[in-house]
Amino acid sequence: MSSSCKPDGAEADQMRLECEAPLLEVRGLVKRFGALVVTDQVSLSVRPGELHALIGPNGAGKSCLIGQISGELRPDEGEVHFRGQRVDDLAVPERARRGLARAYQVPRLFGSLTPAANAAVAEISRVRSGFRFWRRAATDPALAAAARIALDRVGLGRALAPDPADTGAVRPASLLAHGDKRLLELAMGFASDPALLLLDEPLAGLGPADSAAMVALLRSLKGRYGILLVEHDVEAVFALADRISVLVGGRVIASGPAAQIRTDPRVRAAYLGESE
Amino acid sequence: MQPESNLASRRLAIALGLLLAIALVVPLLGQPYYTRLVARMAIFGIAALSLDLLVGYAGLVSFGHAAFFGIGVYCAGLLPMLGVQQVWVIVPVAMLVAGLYGALSGLISLRASGLYFIFITLAFAEIVFYIAQGLRMLGGDDGFRLPAPTLLPGGASLANPVVLAYTMLGALVLAVWFARRLSESHFGQVVVAARDNETRLRAMGLSAYPYRLVLYTIASALCALAGVGFANLVEYASPASMSWIVSGEFLFMVILGSAATIIGPVLGAVVFVGLEQILSALTEHWLFWLGIILVLRVLLLRQGLYGLLTGRGQR
Repeated sequence: MSSSCKPDGAEADQMRLECEAPLLEVRGLVKRFGALVVTDQVSLSVRPGELHALIGPNGAGKSCLIGQISGELRPDEGEVHFRGQRVDDLAVPERARRGLARAYQVPRLFGSLTPAANAAVAEISRVRSGFRFWRRAATDPALAAAARIALDRVGLGRALAPDPADTGAVRPASLLAHGDKRLLELAMGFASDPALLLLDEPLAGLGPADSAAMVALLRSLKGRYGILLVEHDVEAVFALADRISVLVGGRVIASGPAAQIRTDPRVRAAYLGESE
Repeated sequence: MQPESNLASRRLAIALGLLLAIALVVPLLGQPYYTRLVARMAIFGIAALSLDLLVGYAGLVSFGHAAFFGIGVYCAGLLPMLGVQQVWVIVPVAMLVAGLYGALSGLISLRASGLYFIFITLAFAEIVFYIAQGLRMLGGDDGFRLPAPTLLPGGASLANPVVLAYTMLGALVLAVWFARRLSESHFGQVVVAARDNETRLRAMGLSAYPYRLVLYTIASALCALAGVGFANLVEYASPASMSWIVSGEFLFMVILGSAATIIGPVLGAVVFVGLEQILSALTEHWLFWLGIILVLRVLLLRQGLYGLLTGRGQR
């Protein structure tokens, strides 16, 4: 089975094309649970640096689709290509190592570790130092520097530094406020320096202030990473997305630039709640 | 696993220093009973902290840890039959055999999680138990008397309670240092991360399995060290040393002391061994009272004995 859309022996060409070629390409993905088809012939792509948003009503199959791209769910049909290579036979960690990162709808953090230690584990994963048995993680300057960059990127750096007036204790991640957990979740996604980030509802459960901060953050990250964003907040999506795909009942019913999606009658009928 | 404040860690250091000082003085008093008690506490301290690496740091509740203890006991009993008594042969061989069995059984048991993991580790321990029980020429169910004790370089014998107590105290201090260092390493952080949220770890590109397997192997080997000490303490090797009851006692010590602290389970072992001696002298229903104490610990002490010492214990 061919692993690429391009002919063999054209690797030099492929290298040159990599910038223009889509980072992620999903072709004809189908996923069924019994008689229920949750993903129905879905095809979409994300280009390098592009923010592609995926919207759709509840139960449209957005999270299922993300799960099939990240590797947590196995599709019944179709292909997932990442950086020109077919990845749908690879397990989650292998896809992650190729630069496919994911942030979850419910933040998944290392609850007993401090935010900096959370980010340090991401760095250990990135540089593959997990089998160093003797070097202390807490006092490793390389880990500390990487953790600082990761936390600063999402604006958590200063907020979570140990308070010298306190006894030097830093709260574990499980005790953070919800908004900070979301930011840390995002920081963990970017800490591995991925090419593509799958973001599952980063605004869910955030208050207006946190929400605005998150939108500003996503805007600042846009262009540097490819992002596939699943989000219910339509205002945010139209403000951020280069391209929008609309998923209804497991099918992509429309895909295109924001302006086009906004006026698409099928989208208005199915999702934007013209008559609701 | 909250970071400790300076005050709490100073209190802990003072308490531990005192305990160690007492342990170092007791063998000098010339009372073999108390000297052997110190040795026993140190031996079970090593066993409990090796289990804490799994239960506390990796979140892997093993119910078969006594198998590795028993492998240590049998190695210390069998090697003298071949004329080998030197500690620097017996301990590495015991740790190697236990580590190998840990690696092989871990390959399978670590594929499971939760309740299934508990049962598979129990099953692997029962395999060793029944093999030992089936060894007729080694006394089968009854076991056998150690033909000769383990010897230190220079010829000092672990049959001497004073030598045994100091040797096992030294081994315990080394084991505590090693385990703490391991838990704070890059490797240790990955193990804790896998316990906290395996999904996140996988999404970052790391599979928990190889890390858990290495940890399981290390913990198994470490427990065999305690087994070698135990064989010399009771001068006997029998399948009872690897029964599921012993695995349960190890778990008891870990929980009593507070998991994921290394020091806590050592304190748990000290208190368990002490209570065992005191309560069994008072009443034949001592296990009942031990059970009550475990219930009280769970209800009243958030961080077990460890929390009592650091002053952050009360619920």
